Amino acid sequence: MSSAGATQHGAPLPEAPLGHDPTDDVLLQGLQFKARSQWALARRRFFRHRLAMGSLVILLLIFIAALLAPHLTSYKYDELDLANTGVGPTFAGRHFFGTDQLGRDYFTRVLYGIQTTGRVAFLVAAVSTAIGTLIGALAGYYGRWVDNLLMRFTDLILTLPALVVLLTLSALIGEGSPVKIAFILAFLFWTYLARIVRGTFLSLKEKEYVEAARALGASDRRIMFRHLLPNSLGPIIVNATLTIATAILVEAFLSFLGFGIRPPTPALGALISAGQGSMLDLWWLVTFPGITIVVICMCVNFVGDGLRDALDPTQQRASG
Amino acid sequence: MSDLHTRAARGEEILKVEGLVKYFPIRAGLLKREVGRIHAVDDVSFTLRAGETLGVVGESGCGKSTMARTVIRLLDPTAGTVTFKGTDITNYSRRQLRDVRREMQIVFQDPYAALNPRMTVREIVAEPLRIHDLYDNHGGRKKVDELLERVGLNPEHGNRFPHEFSGGQRQRIGVARALALEPQMLVLDEPVSALDVSIQAQVINLLAKLQEDFGLAYLLISHDLSVIRHIADRVAVMYLGKFVEIGNKKDVYSVPAHPYTQALLSAAPIPDPALRGKREHIVLTGDVPSPAAPPSGCRFRTRCWKAQDICAEQVPDLVVRASNHPDACHFSEVQTVVPTAEAAG
Amino acid sequence: MAEPVLSLKDLQVDFHTEDGVVHAVNGVSFDLYPGETLGVVGESGSGKSVTVMAMLGLIPQPPGRILSGEAQFGGRDILKVKDDELRTIRGREIAMIFQDPMTSLNPVFTIGFQLGEAIKVHHKEMGDDQIVERVVQLLRMVGVPNAEDRVDQYPHEFSGGMRQRAMIAMAMANDPAILIADEPTTALDVTIQAQILQVLNKAQAETNAATILITHDLGLIAEMADRVIVMYAGRVVESGDIQTVFHEPRHPYTVGLLDSLPRLEADEKWLRPIPGQPPSLINIPPGCPFHPRCFLREGREVCRTDIPPLRPAGSADQKSACHFAEELKGHRSKFADVAAEGPAS
Repeated sequence: MSSAGATQHGAPLPEAPLGHDPTDDVLLQGLQFKARSQWALARRRFFRHRLAMGSLVILLLIFIAALLAPHLTSYKYDELDLANTGVGPTFAGRHFFGTDQLGRDYFTRVLYGIQTTGRVAFLVAAVSTAIGTLIGALAGYYGRWVDNLLMRFTDLILTLPALVVLLTLSALIGEGSPVKIAFILAFLFWTYLARIVRGTFLSLKEKEYVEAARALGASDRRIMFRHLLPNSLGPIIVNATLTIATAILVEAFLSFLGFGIRPPTPALGALISAGQGSMLDLWWLVTFPGITIVVICMCVNFVGDGLRDALDPTQQRASG
Repeated sequence: MSDLHTRAARGEEILKVEGLVKYFPIRAGLLKREVGRIHAVDDVSFTLRAGETLGVVGESGCGKSTMARTVIRLLDPTAGTVTFKGTDITNYSRRQLRDVRREMQIVFQDPYAALNPRMTVREIVAEPLRIHDLYDNHGGRKKVDELLERVGLNPEHGNRFPHEFSGGQRQRIGVARALALEPQMLVLDEPVSALDVSIQAQVINLLAKLQEDFGLAYLLISHDLSVIRHIADRVAVMYLGKFVEIGNKKDVYSVPAHPYTQALLSAAPIPDPALRGKREHIVLTGDVPSPAAPPSGCRFRTRCWKAQDICAEQVPDLVVRASNHPDACHFSEVQTVVPTAEAAG
Repeated sequence: MAEPVLSLKDLQVDFHTEDGVVHAVNGVSFDLYPGETLGVVGESGSGKSVTVMAMLGLIPQPPGRILSGEAQFGGRDILKVKDDELRTIRGREIAMIFQDPMTSLNPVFTIGFQLGEAIKVHHKEMGDDQIVERVVQLLRMVGVPNAEDRVDQYPHEFSGGMRQRAMIAMAMANDPAILIADEPTTALDVTIQAQILQVLNKAQAETNAATILITHDLGLIAEMADRVIVMYAGRVVESGDIQTVFHEPRHPYTVGLLDSLPRLEADEKWLRPIPGQPPSLINIPPGCPFHPRCFLREGREVCRTDIPPLRPAGSADQKSACHFAEELKGHRSKFADVAAEGPAS
């Protein structure tokens, strides 16, 4: 057999580039020029999602404004001014959102309201994500009786009449404190994520790279944290984002009913509640906090959509 | 290293499997009672010596992958024993297995699923070292680079992620990972089946070279008869959870005695058009029975042209009969199905 | 020499993706003569499937785009006909079988219903009873046992091999002039493959359809095809009579492909793989797409600058797209002399 210049006997090198041209080498390897992790790819996809990007910008503006409240307005949120009650939105005295029945500057109240709301929402998202992920992970990974036990517990929480529980708990132990309210909400919110994480872990557990880790002698903890969790982050992040929106709405609802955050701490829902009596003549008391809630929730939802699209595993390409 | 070579030269027994059984329960009903079983592996026995390759060939559903995973203790055996280097590991707990795992590793079939997509190549290959506290900051990185080079990859690409590599390259990464702990035995579960033909040859050569360099014992699982012929020293043919024939590669391929082996060999394609019409084509009737309800007696009888009453009544043992190696057929008869040519080595 | 029943000229297909333009097919031409089996061989990324899918209008455009080409069939260019006309051709005059019958069959309709639909669409004048009769007849022809009863079964009640038989029956239902089989047996075990090949042969004999057999399995091609074209990076790199190409290949890719196959009938120490990876279709190497991996090139510049045309080389109608095809004269592949030895019976 005479093939010109064929490889010799004895083991040929598994990878034997034949060209001398450096571009041959790259073509030979068939690799892209830049190392790109999954995160970088996801980030690129997210940036392309214009609605999500726009919403993210708006959200950032809103929250930065809320954080900079002391600098944006000279009023305190509980500063009464009985000489200027019920003033409509005006540039005079920088009452951009007007004043309420007690002469408090509404722009200030709304800004601080956003602060409170934001704090509660993030706390709810963080705590419920943590609980949900933990329970879902344990149930999905260990399966059998652990799974059974944890899922039945989850079902139990789910069957509780949410409204009744929410109202009862906030009345009993809520004490109008944002932190306590946040925990009460988190207590009811984690179940959805637990289900999702459980499902994700169940399916990922069978993947060959997990089997490989087991074959290498990896401990359960290592497998859960190093292999399963990083690959489950997609649904977790998306869900956490959407939880923020839901938490805002529910908190507003609670505060509106008077069960949530109590005065003097400003909260958007409470503001609406306080203003609804004078809705017809002092329309700005309901409108501004209301619009704020709607805008924040919409933006959060769009960002959540963008994240879901960006992190969707079905959009990952295999090379070659 | 040389220690391994001496062991290989001595033909020391690395693995001994006796009467291995693995059933999967089928559960139904509210209380998840067992209503049936999948007889994935039923009474399989073999030995594997240092430096040699045992190829297990069979079609889908024959239980070869399950058998491989049970041997390496990713699954718990239902019955039988697995003895590795003289130690009975059949009932070892996970903790006990941790040390044993350093000596036996596995390479998986699917290069796309066998690597964690969120870890860099370097992290993937370093993981076994980290798990066993063998990765120190200086020597560890060097070792990983060495491993990558050994399998024909450029260590500079270590910071990239699996999805940036081709199938063949990913398979090499899997091999590098398996070698990190310097095992003495590798289980290879369809290592090249998911690769393009021209890449298969690269990986096959790589595996052969590594075996030569490190004196590794291979348990090679495949459905591809040509691949098995190329790499294996001894071959076992598996059907519905049992070995039906086992022996030296040359013997099994040139003088097979079990009808299933003969059918398998006659159906395996050979890329020579001149053989058309000249090869004996044994075409089996029917489909493979379900492992949940294997036929009584000889499991192959439902598709076998030699089947008689005794085949349904008595399970044929794996013993030497018509040929020079064991087979499990009541009517075993040697029939050469594959034209044998002596090629220049 | 009879007139070709299908004549494809210079097909070019691109896909627009997130990462750039994928040049899937780059100037493919071939003729298909009545009654013959044309094998299309290539690895993944060679463009073999895209070629026939484009011909049948099965490529979504966007993201695909047929840049140029002409496919003469039955006196018209089917690349340019309107969709409804193409639909009457598809399934009736040109039938296609895919790799995975499970996804080609609708799980909620019975096999009988689906076959019936395939017939009814093209034979609106046939009555329901006639159709059922024809369906049963077809199932019998492809060897489905108890056809009259199985007609009312659902796809999941059929095994993989049975489903593929049903697909063949569906393809043959309307007496097509051309049958295209895209990796018809890749997902099947080798003993089932043998059964399906038997069915295919029978179906061909009965209908005398010309067949295009697309696969990466060289053994299958050697078994079934009369002529073969070898594809790489969206081009035809070699074509010719099956025995000539397999025994005396005249393109270094074909040589490499055959060399890298492990042998069923002989022992070799090392395989001779083709180094490197198949090229990215977004960045196809300039000049001859195979040049970075070619052993014949020896640094010659023309391979990098000029795309070699497909021109006559070797014997009979053999053609090769290599600047230096003549240098392969006298080269015989390792499978060339297998039949000469013959089986020892």
